[in-house]
Formats: sequence, structure tokens, C-alpha cells
Amino acid sequence: MSEVKKIATRESYGNALVELGKEHEDVVVLDADLAEATKTGVFRKAFPERHIDCGIAESNMMGIAAGLSTAGKVPFASTFAMFAAGRAFEQVRNSIGYPHLNVKIGATHAGISVGEDGASHQCNEDIALMRTIPGMVVLSPSDDIEARACVKAAYEHQGPVYMRFGRLAVPVINDRPDYKFELGKGVVLREGKDVTIITTGLCVGYTLEAAEKLAAEGIDAKVINIHTIKPLDEELVVAAAKETGKVVTVEEHSVIGGLGSAVCDALCEKAPVPVKKIGMQDVFGESGPAVALLQKYGLDGEGIYCQVKEFMA
Amino acid sequence: MNTLELQKTANEIRKGIVSGVHAAKAGHPGGSLSATEIFTYLYFEEMNVDPENPKDPDRDRFVLSKGHTAPGLYATLAQRGYFPKEDLLTLRHLGSYLQGHPDMKHIPGVDMSSGSLGQGISAAAGMALGAKLGQKDFRVYTLLGDGEIQEGQVWEAAMFAGAKNLDNLVVIVDNNGLQIDGPVDKVNTPYPIDKKFEAFNFHVINVADGNDFDQLRAAFDEARTVKGMPTAIIAKTLKGKGVSFMENQVGWHGKAPNDEEYKIAMEDLEKAGEALCQK
Repeated sequence: MSEVKKIATRESYGNALVELGKEHEDVVVLDADLAEATKTGVFRKAFPERHIDCGIAESNMMGIAAGLSTAGKVPFASTFAMFAAGRAFEQVRNSIGYPHLNVKIGATHAGISVGEDGASHQCNEDIALMRTIPGMVVLSPSDDIEARACVKAAYEHQGPVYMRFGRLAVPVINDRPDYKFELGKGVVLREGKDVTIITTGLCVGYTLEAAEKLAAEGIDAKVINIHTIKPLDEELVVAAAKETGKVVTVEEHSVIGGLGSAVCDALCEKAPVPVKKIGMQDVFGESGPAVALLQKYGLDGEGIYCQVKEFMA
Repeated sequence: MNTLELQKTANEIRKGIVSGVHAAKAGHPGGSLSATEIFTYLYFEEMNVDPENPKDPDRDRFVLSKGHTAPGLYATLAQRGYFPKEDLLTLRHLGSYLQGHPDMKHIPGVDMSSGSLGQGISAAAGMALGAKLGQKDFRVYTLLGDGEIQEGQVWEAAMFAGAKNLDNLVVIVDNNGLQIDGPVDKVNTPYPIDKKFEAFNFHVINVADGNDFDQLRAAFDEARTVKGMPTAIIAKTLKGKGVSFMENQVGWHGKAPNDEEYKIAMEDLEKAGEALCQK
């Protein structure tokens, strides 16, 4: 078997910004002293006059982005998820969300796959925080192709958008000629009749792996990739729940407030079925190699497989 | 406008502030009244704005970073013709577009939503940077409270504005000396304010009496001559200015006058208006 191409979605973010910058003069990129890590450094190289380093001051950066957007620019404010959604939550809420300004937030280093930096930098709460802000679009792409598409979609969308990217290189899974990114639309990656597994971000690849293992044991899982956590594709989620009767959610995020909660919010009203939420179980992460951490916290293919199997027993 | 006309205009704006807060039965008269001359000077003399075209991309911008003094901004905008003055009586009412704090989505003339202290100056700096990037020559003004500058974000923004040489940005500090819990220097002193902004590479202008139009005119004229750095105008003002029982009283930071107090306040302002007409 040939080696699967792997790329971190933060790389995709930087590359997509360069493409966007070529097409659109109004794109400006902000960073907070992390241009090498968030990968906006490639944009800085291509368009130095449109890359603004705000230094280590994320709260101010969100306000600068807000102000720039009122002057006709389309700012992409970039930093780690911890600081974008965490530290600057209130600035995002009040200076960007409340006035519904056309600001895009590129949050890299989401989840435990940050790895060695440990719990202080592993943000497992950003989806929960961002999706509570009225009018905020929350995107969580699964691979390079989807990440680049989501940057483009974020630009085209009028209003605030939060984009979640990872540090770890992940397999390209959407490399097919008919791939199309539609904001707010979930993607069925695998049909199945026994259970629906709804997943997002880097867990999509692992979930597909788990689905194959489950199939070998006679459990036929439908797999849905949710790249747009808000607005959620409720229609697809509800239909799948009704179809399979059981739902599992998988995310590299706390099970409190993330994709699992968003799915439950939709299902409890329209299709109450048993839901198993796989994710960070109300705990902080820790230092370690990213892949080892995903294994330890049950978010790799094997971990997901075991938990779904147990749920189905 | 000459100074006398500005004074008369400010007096009318004060009536709007008092009427609005009285009708709302809540709001922040003290810091609205201390900054009335600043609001008046900006909207009637300094800024290039047109109430008929409030979204003109080339207009000058104003961000009320001390957003709780919305009554001052709203009364000024109404006086300038952005919306009817009688709407001030709907301030803070359910269904009114005049929200408790500035709301750019619904209020003509409001350039930025604000209210959570410390955030407005960042947005203003972003606007000023936007002008530079877009090769536009509009200027950006933002008004901060002297208590507000205890917020750390103010200094993040100040560092940014100084570092990026935003000479189209004017930061005004309404130095009325009082915040909710008492005198600013007793609560958590921000002094020396001028030296702090100087250290962040601002051109600093101290205005001894920020309720005096001639002094404000001199300061804003000087700010226009500054190149390569932002300007901070530290304006010493009187909280509650113009309403006898509110002047320099911390209790009137965020309280509405009752009917009787409202009557006295309006009498004070009527008298002040008559005195100006004698001039």
C-alpha cells in the first residue's frame, strides 16, 4: 500500500491564505507572534504589507481585526485556539460577534494533538465557547483539502467565522474529483445501517478506520463528517439518527459543549435516540507525542472502534 | 462654529443627556456630562462627518471606548441630526434602537459597538490601520475613561498604535477623576497618565480644562500636526459638569435623576442657556 499523504491543517490554512491573498486585495492577515507556528508566515512572505504582527496581545488583535473590518478589510486573525477562543473570548464576543463584523478567526493548535506543549496549550473548549456566540460560524475541517476549502468559504461568507485547525499532520481523505465544500452541509463518507458516527476535524480519518474494523465484526456504521459545527446540518443528523437508531459523536474536544453537544441539542428535540459522546471526558490533556495522546484518550482508530463496539453491545 | 455657538450646542446636548437618562430611569450621566464638550467639539468642529451619509467610507470615525456614556454620544448624534432628538426619550427602553451601550448595527452614526471597557481603543486602532492600508486619509478618534485605562487591553492597544505609527489616531482620556468605587487614584491609580502614553510612543497633550472649547481646539489642532505617532489628549474634566448637584459627585456615575432632580437639572441647564444667550 502506498504511503498516504499527510498534511497538518494549519499548513493548509497558511497556503489557502496565500491563494486568497492573490485573488483578493482586501484580505489582511493578523498574527500574535506565532506566524511560524500558525503558518501565516507564508502569507507574510508573499504579502508583507498585508501581514500585521500584533505581538503577544491576542485581545488587542481581535479588536484590531474588528476595526479593520469596519474599514473594508477582511481580516484573518490568527493564533492558537487556546488564545483565540479562550483568552480573547470576550473580545470575540463583544467586538466581533455582537456587531456581527466580517472577521475570520484562524485558530490553530486545537485539541490534544498539540502534543508536547501540554494541557496549558491544548484547547478542548473552543468549539463550546465559539458556538455560543450568536451569528458565529464554526468550522472544523478534517484534512488539507477541506481546510483550504473552508478558508475560501469563510472569506465568501459575510460575517464572523471561527476556523479550527490542527498542528498534527493528518491523512488527506477528501481527495476525490467530486469533492465540494458547502458551508453548513454535513458529508456522508460511509453508508451504514446499524449506527451513525458523527465526527469532525482530525477524528474523521480515525473514525473511517474504526468503521472498517467495525464492519469486519458485522457492525455497519454510517459515518458523517461535520465540517460546519455551526450552523449544524440538523436535517442530515436527524435523518441519520432516525435511520440507524443510534448515534456516536467523535471529536478532539471536550464532550461538554462541542460537536457531541451540538448533535444532542438537535436530536433531543427532533429524534431522541441513544447518543454516545466520544471526546475529552471533562479532563485536561497532558504532555506527550500527539499520536500517543490520541491513543491514550481513546481518539485514534482503535480507541473509537472499542468505544463504539462497547456502545453497540 | 465659534466658541459661543459650541457652548450653546453643548448645553443643548446636556439637556438631551439628562432627559434621556431620566426617561430611561437608568444610565450614566456623570461621565456623559464630563465629556460633553469633547463630544460637541468632535461632532460639530473636528470630524469630517455627514449625518446624511453616516456610512461614508471616507468619513472620520469615532469610537466611544467608555461605552457606558452612550447618553452623551446619543445626545450629540441627535443634536447633529443623525436621528430625531425625541428618540432620546426611548433610551434603554425595550424595543428602542438606543441600546444601553453603543450598538453600531442599529444606531445611525455609531461607528463601533462598545461598552465592555478597554475594547474600543483596539477597534479604533484597527480602523486607523485600515485607513493606512487603504491609503485613505480619514482620522479616528476614541474616547476613554480614566478608570477604563486600568484595563490591560488599553495598553496592548496603545503599544500597537505607537509601534505602527498610527498618526491618524487620537486617543482622548476623559480625566474626570472618579470611577464607580471612588476617586481613580484611590481605587487603583492610573497616574501619571501622560507619561504612560508617552512611554508607548504617543504625542501627549495635557488639557488643563477639558470642558473649555478653546483649550480643546488648541489640542485637536496640535494633534493634526503630529506625524509618525498617535496622539493622546489627556483632558481634565469635571464629572457631572453643568448639573449643580451632580458635579464631582461619584454617586452620579451611573444613576438617573428622579422627577424632582430632573426638574432641578433642567432648570440649571435652562439658566446656563439663558446666560449664554446674554453673551
